Amino acid sequence: MLNSSLHQLGSALRAGKISSVELTQLYLDRIAELNPALNAYITVNAETSLGQARRADALLAGGRAQPLTGIPIAQKDIFCAQGWRTTCGSKMLENFIAPYDAHVITQFNNAGAVNLGKTNMDEFAMGSSNETSHFGAVKNPWDKNAVPGGSSGGAACAVAARLCAAATGTDTGGSIRQPAALCGISGIKPTYGTVSRYGMIAFASSLDQAGPMARSAEDLALLLNVMTGFDERDSTSLQRDKEDYARDLNKPLAGLRIGLPREFFAEGLAQDVAGCVNAAIAEYKKLGATIVDISLPNSRLAVPVYYVLAPAEASSNLSRYDGVRYGYRAPEYGDLTDMYERSRAQGFGEEVKRRIMIGTYVLSHGYYDAYYLQAQKIRRLIAQDFDDAFKLCDVIMGPTSPSTAFNLGEKGDDPVQMYLSDIYTIAVNLAGLPGMSIPAGFGSNGRPVGLQIIGNYFSEARMLNVAHQYQLATDWHSRAPKL
Amino acid sequence: MSLTNADVRKVASLARLAMAETEIESARAQLSGIFDLIAEMQAVDTNGITPMSHAQDVTQRLREDVVTEGDQRELFQSLAPQYKGSPQVEAGLYLVPQVIE
Repeated sequence: MLNSSLHQLGSALRAGKISSVELTQLYLDRIAELNPALNAYITVNAETSLGQARRADALLAGGRAQPLTGIPIAQKDIFCAQGWRTTCGSKMLENFIAPYDAHVITQFNNAGAVNLGKTNMDEFAMGSSNETSHFGAVKNPWDKNAVPGGSSGGAACAVAARLCAAATGTDTGGSIRQPAALCGISGIKPTYGTVSRYGMIAFASSLDQAGPMARSAEDLALLLNVMTGFDERDSTSLQRDKEDYARDLNKPLAGLRIGLPREFFAEGLAQDVAGCVNAAIAEYKKLGATIVDISLPNSRLAVPVYYVLAPAEASSNLSRYDGVRYGYRAPEYGDLTDMYERSRAQGFGEEVKRRIMIGTYVLSHGYYDAYYLQAQKIRRLIAQDFDDAFKLCDVIMGPTSPSTAFNLGEKGDDPVQMYLSDIYTIAVNLAGLPGMSIPAGFGSNGRPVGLQIIGNYFSEARMLNVAHQYQLATDWHSRAPKL
Repeated sequence: MSLTNADVRKVASLARLAMAETEIESARAQLSGIFDLIAEMQAVDTNGITPMSHAQDVTQRLREDVVTEGDQRELFQSLAPQYKGSPQVEAGLYLVPQVIE
């Protein structure tokens, strides 16, 4: 049951072979057993989850089930879920009980899915290793000395360790794709504006995008069908017709043009990762794809541009945490300014404070043109590189991360080294394009390697087709860590 | 680029983050390292390039100017932070240190 696809689970539930309560209890027991060592979940609320499962069982018994009815899904702790503690990985929100549901949560509730718990994450989604969480680092289930990646590290760990059927994540600079790669699972960040940001705690609003994390592309398609859709409460939600992301899964790949950006295979890419990615490309050639040499000349600027734009937006978004209306307030203070300064200094962790400081600096008087405006101009150059590339190819492929999972504590003291672990993922967010990562083998240390697939705007169904055909021909995605 | 300790103090103050003197030097060193990374973009010629502020080339939607959410003041005020054991609200207002003498 733990290795079943969402489609198989849905069939078993609808056929009455297992109830949602039984399935939910199976995962809750597994979480109780394994989570103390992995730390994938911040909050589990068994009674609430089982209550949802009982309602799902009633729907199933009444023949009113949808594809995900009764299936336990882990929700990243960035999504507000009414009545659930929603911390965003921060001491600032340690005791915050969300008063309403994020749109993503509403969509899953309407689909009859069960909320299995809230997964650990880097504080306010700022991090690439899950080590910035106030609730402690998540361990990589393939090797507990390794990081799971971040910021959706708890979600990636939970999926890989079979502590949920599937999970949600968010991706501002790689936070779905990089942990998916490091934990050996599949994840997709759809086109910006496809999934509503309502109730998803804001980091960098022009880049934040939610998406699903699961064990296969086929599962991702079912999840995306539920998560996407127009929502008037998010001013950047796109008004588009609802689509079935599973519609093209079984199309053959003959004639597919894969662009390989030479910048993604240059200095800085670990040999073992390059080996796995090249083997995956060879597999795609066997499936009928042709390879096109492309260039993304401005991609080397993506990291510097991102570390101006994302902190700038974050410094603005996180100004709401002032200790007045909700969240943490310092136990001792003098005047109002002192209350703000102490509450924020004590409530935020080091990485969050660092990014607020960067953002405050680049937006401060006299520096705006040199930093923020310059970064926005280069953002356009980066997006134009992709426009040019997609005239020559249908999808772009390369590594998701320059190395396999690094060791816990390895990059803790050097923020710049940590930031460079996202060199292949950040440009996709800046352009607003969809990107995904799927398992493509293991490095020399036995840790998973991810293949990144980047598509043009709104080409998610094609990307999932491309990923699914690879997963029919290989079995990397069905490997499970020994726990 | 190298920041000074005075720069760090000023930014911390603008960001409303209390910072002890002992934290200033390490913050300065780390922020300087990050600004060295950011400095790579300064050499790029961006004359005539329109800044890109958003991933999609769309304009903001307008909506009817009508109330879409009911009054949830009690619910929201139940989330107010505690101070010395009690939530800092009174008569529908949030309590903060006095700002006007």
